[in-house]
Amino acid sequence: MRLRREVVGWAFCAPVVVYLVCFYAYPLYRNLDLSLRNYTVRSFVQGDAPFTGLANYRTVVENPTFWPALAHTIVFTLVSIAFQFTIGMALAVFFNRHFRLSVTLRALFLVPWLLPLIVSASTWSWMLNSDSGVVNAVLHGLGMSPVNWLTSPRWSLISVIIANIWIGIPFNLVILYSGLQAIPSTLDEAAALDGATGWQKFWRVTFPLLRPVSAITILLGLIYTLKVFDIIWIMTRGGPTDSSTTFATWSYRLGFGNLLPAFGPGAAVGNLLIIMALAFGIVYLRLQRKQQAA
Amino acid sequence: MKQRRTWWNTGIGLVLTALMLFPIYWMVNASFTQDRYLRKTPPDWFPVHGTLEGYRAVLTQQLPYLGNSLVIGLGAVALTLVLSAPAGYALAKLLPSGGGALSFVLLIAQMIPGIIMAMGFYTIYLDLGVVNTAGGLIVADSTIAVPFGVLIFTAFMSSIPEELTQAAIIDGAGSFRTFWSVILPVSRNAIVTVSLFTFLWAWSDFIFASTLDQGGTRQPITLGIYHYIGNNNQQWNAIMATAVVASIPATVLLVVAQRYVAAGVTAGAVKD
Repeated sequence: MRLRREVVGWAFCAPVVVYLVCFYAYPLYRNLDLSLRNYTVRSFVQGDAPFTGLANYRTVVENPTFWPALAHTIVFTLVSIAFQFTIGMALAVFFNRHFRLSVTLRALFLVPWLLPLIVSASTWSWMLNSDSGVVNAVLHGLGMSPVNWLTSPRWSLISVIIANIWIGIPFNLVILYSGLQAIPSTLDEAAALDGATGWQKFWRVTFPLLRPVSAITILLGLIYTLKVFDIIWIMTRGGPTDSSTTFATWSYRLGFGNLLPAFGPGAAVGNLLIIMALAFGIVYLRLQRKQQAA
Repeated sequence: MKQRRTWWNTGIGLVLTALMLFPIYWMVNASFTQDRYLRKTPPDWFPVHGTLEGYRAVLTQQLPYLGNSLVIGLGAVALTLVLSAPAGYALAKLLPSGGGALSFVLLIAQMIPGIIMAMGFYTIYLDLGVVNTAGGLIVADSTIAVPFGVLIFTAFMSSIPEELTQAAIIDGAGSFRTFWSVILPVSRNAIVTVSLFTFLWAWSDFIFASTLDQGGTRQPITLGIYHYIGNNNQQWNAIMATAVVASIPATVLLVVAQRYVAAGVTAGAVKD
């Protein structure tokens, strides 16, 4: 009976297991293989690329783009998360007041998160357009000089971060709001009876109780922000002159952005990115397990 | 006193929502404004020089892209459901040993950056000769959703009372019959959630489309917009009109299935 259950259980899982092997493990293996060989367009077709060990990784690290791309990846991720989380938290606390229309308005806040990234990215490109963008029009109205948001190396990274924050706020809002729901309102009322102000209530009661949910939100945010590609590529293509290039866009450009693809180095950059994502991923899974056990 | 505070909050809420949704309004505004009026300072805050030209451009140029996206989205949904529902049932009810390890692998799989998958798929598809095919894109797009699907189905089916499956077994139903005629019919919510998100992700996918379907004849709408933007003579009116049309599934999703959306975000907490 037990054995039967095992067999039937795995029979139901079999399609997904086969699928994971063919469409996750195998592409990952091919990607690793790409990064360890010297591929050219010719050898790509003929499949006889010579094994070159870590040569691609050395090429990548010695490339002048490496350090800027690493710095941009870190800045993009950390600044995005800091703002998404803070704004998401403020909104979650606000919507937790349950006022008239709060359910509808909270749902509307989800829209940016559900839109195809190409839609959000092109809308922001349009708003940040140097000559006819609405943002510069507003700056002009305030008596400030216009900014070349997407075409100046000083501003391009900031521009894509702004767009990415906008996209990430709903996710933070929803997760943190669900965390707030789990906090019994009696605690809040008790603090109010003790004469705590709204600000004190937040820092002394709400925030500490929300710490587990906050940690999960931030870690998931890290994992998903590290791999953001669409927004940056569509808005600036990592430019001008690498000023908004991250590992994700650099990897794509190496592999697909040029006429002569450099698949080996592209795959190498991708694998460095995967290591970063998985490092946070493992922290996330351990944290989640610990919280489930508690 | 209480009443007044509520209205006050509603007022702030409306302002915040308006601020948050301004970019979407601005997209819609541009989609209805004639190109030559888009370039003026200060801009028109409402489409006073209205036109439907952008939408005419969508109808004449983007319809095939939209059709392709629909086919690819539905294909990805079908594939994802077929793969993830049985696995969810096994992990929730049959509990084979090693099931925990499978869930762990699925969680990890969600974290792999899309660009890496795209490059791996590209080399495989070159070997198989399926670059630039809709089928290839359907399979690649489904990888965004399958781990999420299994996790949602597992979570949902775990909450189905044991009595229900026991009764089916006593009636002499095998595991497959139990799955098909008892579990699946009561799992409607999970099926809807997984389908909606899978469709939305496949519909929105840009990275797989731009790598695996770059030269294809059946390109999705994300590439349709991308070609528009890449064009040096950017016609923002047409671009924004296409963007509005491409946003329709997300909007419909939110209106029709709001509770599923919030559930999906919290349960799976994934987006590529």
